Amino acid sequence: MGASQTRSEHQYQDLADKTGFSFEQIKNLYQRFQQLSGNEETISRENLDGIPALANNPIRKQIIGAFFDKRNQHQDEVGTCDVIGFEQFLMVMSHFRPPNLKTTDEEKEAMRKEKLRFLFNMHDSDNDGTITLAEYRKVVEELLSKSGDIEQETAKAIADAAMLEVASINVPTMGPEDFYEGITFEHFEEILKGLEMESRMNIRFLDVNTTTMRCGKSQS
Amino acid sequence: MPSRRDSHSPAGKSLLERGLLLLIVLVLLQGSVLPLGAASSPDTSHNDNLDNHQVTDERNNYTKKPFPVLALDYHHIQTPFEIALWVLLASLMKLGFHLIPRLSGIVPESCLLITVGLLVGGLIKLAGEDVPPVLDSRLFFLCLLPPIILDAGYFLPIRPFMENLGTILMFAVVGTLWNAFFIGGLLYAVCQIQPANPSILHNIELLPCLLFGSIISAVDPVAVLAVFEEIHINELLHILVFGESLLNDAVTVVLYHLFEEYSGAGKVTVMDGFLGIISFLVVALGGILVGAIYGILAAFTSRFTSHVRVIEPLFVFVYSYMAYLSAEMFHLSGIMALIACGATMRPYVEANISHKSHTTIKYFLKMWSSVSETLIFIFLGVATVDGPHSWNWTFVTVTVILCLVSRVIGVVGLTYVINKFRIVKLTTKDQFIIAYGGLRGAIAFSLGFLLDKNLFPMREMFLTAIITVVFFTVFVQGMTIKPLVELLAVKKKQEAKRTINEEIHTQFLDHLLTGIEDICGHYGHHHWKDKLNRFNKKYVKKCLIAGERSKEPQLIAFYHKMEFKQAIEQVESGGGVKMPSAVPSTVSMQNIQPKKAPAPAKPAEKAPSQLPKGREEEIRKILRSNLQRTRMRLRSYNRHTLVADPFEDGFGDLLIKKQKMIELEKKIKDMNNYLTVPAAPPDSPTMCRARLASDPQAFRTKPESDSVPTIQVDLASPQSPDSVNVMDEFRRAGQEQRGEEREDEQGLMMRPPSRPHRSGEAADGKDPQKLTRCLSDPGPSADEEEDEPFLP
Repeated sequence: MGASQTRSEHQYQDLADKTGFSFEQIKNLYQRFQQLSGNEETISRENLDGIPALANNPIRKQIIGAFFDKRNQHQDEVGTCDVIGFEQFLMVMSHFRPPNLKTTDEEKEAMRKEKLRFLFNMHDSDNDGTITLAEYRKVVEELLSKSGDIEQETAKAIADAAMLEVASINVPTMGPEDFYEGITFEHFEEILKGLEMESRMNIRFLDVNTTTMRCGKSQS
Repeated sequence: MPSRRDSHSPAGKSLLERGLLLLIVLVLLQGSVLPLGAASSPDTSHNDNLDNHQVTDERNNYTKKPFPVLALDYHHIQTPFEIALWVLLASLMKLGFHLIPRLSGIVPESCLLITVGLLVGGLIKLAGEDVPPVLDSRLFFLCLLPPIILDAGYFLPIRPFMENLGTILMFAVVGTLWNAFFIGGLLYAVCQIQPANPSILHNIELLPCLLFGSIISAVDPVAVLAVFEEIHINELLHILVFGESLLNDAVTVVLYHLFEEYSGAGKVTVMDGFLGIISFLVVALGGILVGAIYGILAAFTSRFTSHVRVIEPLFVFVYSYMAYLSAEMFHLSGIMALIACGATMRPYVEANISHKSHTTIKYFLKMWSSVSETLIFIFLGVATVDGPHSWNWTFVTVTVILCLVSRVIGVVGLTYVINKFRIVKLTTKDQFIIAYGGLRGAIAFSLGFLLDKNLFPMREMFLTAIITVVFFTVFVQGMTIKPLVELLAVKKKQEAKRTINEEIHTQFLDHLLTGIEDICGHYGHHHWKDKLNRFNKKYVKKCLIAGERSKEPQLIAFYHKMEFKQAIEQVESGGGVKMPSAVPSTVSMQNIQPKKAPAPAKPAEKAPSQLPKGREEEIRKILRSNLQRTRMRLRSYNRHTLVADPFEDGFGDLLIKKQKMIELEKKIKDMNNYLTVPAAPPDSPTMCRARLASDPQAFRTKPESDSVPTIQVDLASPQSPDSVNVMDEFRRAGQEQRGEEREDEQGLMMRPPSRPHRSGEAADGKDPQKLTRCLSDPGPSADEEEDEPFLP
């Protein structure tokens, strides 16, 4: 483990710079990655599908899809991959880092944009830069999918109403002939600015090594 | 004398004069009634004597006396009369403050009310009578405090509360303990170090000092509500300070009883301390348990009230009050019981009760808590005048300084520790507001009042010090916090209503974060919340919510509520001829539906009109006339007369038409377009009526096609057969075309103007904030709270 340790520290430094995590956090996440991938170098969709806790989640397909979406890697590529390595895994996770006390206001703005971009990518499945009515309908349907038998009509009505709201807020004076193509990223930002993404879309990343504490609790 | 003044002064000033006059009259009334009341008891009143005399006469001689046509028997109704008079005074004071325009902006209401109380107390004292013991502790704790706490607990914003629960508990428990011991200990030290001249301070021992410290250290929910309600800071800070003020009740209760018990004995052992900790857990958890039990009972009861809707609000109030009393019976924390009861029962009760009951509950709670709060502050003023006081410069000033210092140190120290565990850290600005918002209030005073004079000879000095601290915090901190908030540019509360997009994304985020946590592998906050939600949905909702609504997912419940609210608002705003002030968006369903026809923007080839031209014209004409009739009907209802004079209507209509014609010019083009596409949804009668409601002049006919339409006031038939036919025709026509017609109509009802919302509210003439009773709503505005689902 000795030689690989120094190599991994090098890599960790690289990753820490790119994603903003601390060393401890990267180590913990690496351990989790190993667990998920079965000590392989990459994980595939099946590995993530296998997490039992995710079974109850109504939007798990989208969540898993987000990991394999190249748009979330910040490298201006589009499309999807079949397997991802640790770096890509970390990159996706970095969208959920919270701001700390030293984050300046501009950095907070940038974080918010990044998080909103992530959400936008999740909705915009065909990557045309807008969330169309059909895509939005799908989002609502998925959200309601685990809540029992919901009528198609209700989900459609909710999605339509939401779309109408977006259009009303962003382009209030449309003539009856105009067609609202879909929610662009700017409009998306506008309607969600009340939610303060940089404070809400975060999870706690463990700083301490909890493998010994975690035994028996988390399964891969 | 006022009439002369009134005639000379402009309208605004005379209002002020009137207000002041009202105040003086009431105060004098109060002052004169109370001595009357006091005087009637020793039986010196003339009438009483007369009655007695007459009674004895009757017994002895049976002489016939003249029948007493008019008699005065104040004694009979004394107590309720005085109570009612106090309540009336309090409410009129509140009215008066808002009549004086700029005052309520500068000085918080609590200060004004205390001043009024001082005045009243002073007047009573001047009249030479005994000030009634208004801030009697039993009255305070059993009657005045519960409505305020219930109001706060029922409308507690659960999500931010739960998210910040750790922080709140830290501040409430550890912070209060720190405050109590710091103040108590240092006070004792200061008392001991008095130089040469032996003062009474030397006699104070450690335990009474600690007791005093524990009384004075608790942040008071009433004062916090009163002040914070007016400054509208962001939700996080509000819930932190407010939550702290609610949860520190348990600590205060335990410390108070502990020190009070052992002050007699003179010392506290480690064993007692240990018992104290256990007692704290019992008090806190027991209170919450009692509250939760009563809450579940109330929710369960509300499941069966569908046939007796009228008493639904009663269950909410009675169960909550019983929870409070039960907790107090066992010396548990009544405040926590009340909060737990309100918060537990709310999501289930709201799913079960009717809309009217919901409104009733909301307004009764706001009304009671408003009156309570006003009374509390006035009584504080009165009780201050009453005394008895024992002023000691050293003690009082040291207390005030220590309170401030300990609060600051406590907050800073605790935040340092808390920030290690929080995801979103508290900044220095936040810390400052939290420290500055630590107001003391009437609870401290009442607790001091409860002290036994025999055990605590320095009770009066304590009371004086408590009152000084309360005055200091309420006046100085209360008045300056608003400008400070502006100065420091602290984030304010967000005013916008919850939109459907926000709701969708809040839920989406919840699931997303839970999923990411699961992928990360550790069981965090979201995981447990998700588990609780699922448990709630699976088991609890089935028991406690009647019928179909138990299965309704949150998003759909939210959507239905929104639709309902908008329908009501459309009806409410639809009567008058007022146009919404902001430009309503002209976006309609048409704009977002993907075009079935592939051609882009060719007017001729738009959505294929499948109705023959003649038929189209016919339909349009019928529609127009029907709409006008509707408009006439609406207007006549507005004028509160069902029999409208046709000439009057016509004339009025003409005038209004002239007025609105100019504004309508630019709308005509749009309207034309709407009218020429009959098959599309915007022309459906429901949509027309809906749009009519918000923009009544919208369907003014095209000027070129018609002359001024004749006005037919059709009063007898609410539903003219024509309109029914039109609807039927449309339905039939629509069904020919697309099956989505109905669905679109349904969706169309949602035309939702976030702007006209605001204008609708603003048109009430009040600041939307103040729609809620301004002193009691801790969280988002009244309308927003309704949208907060349980564990959203």
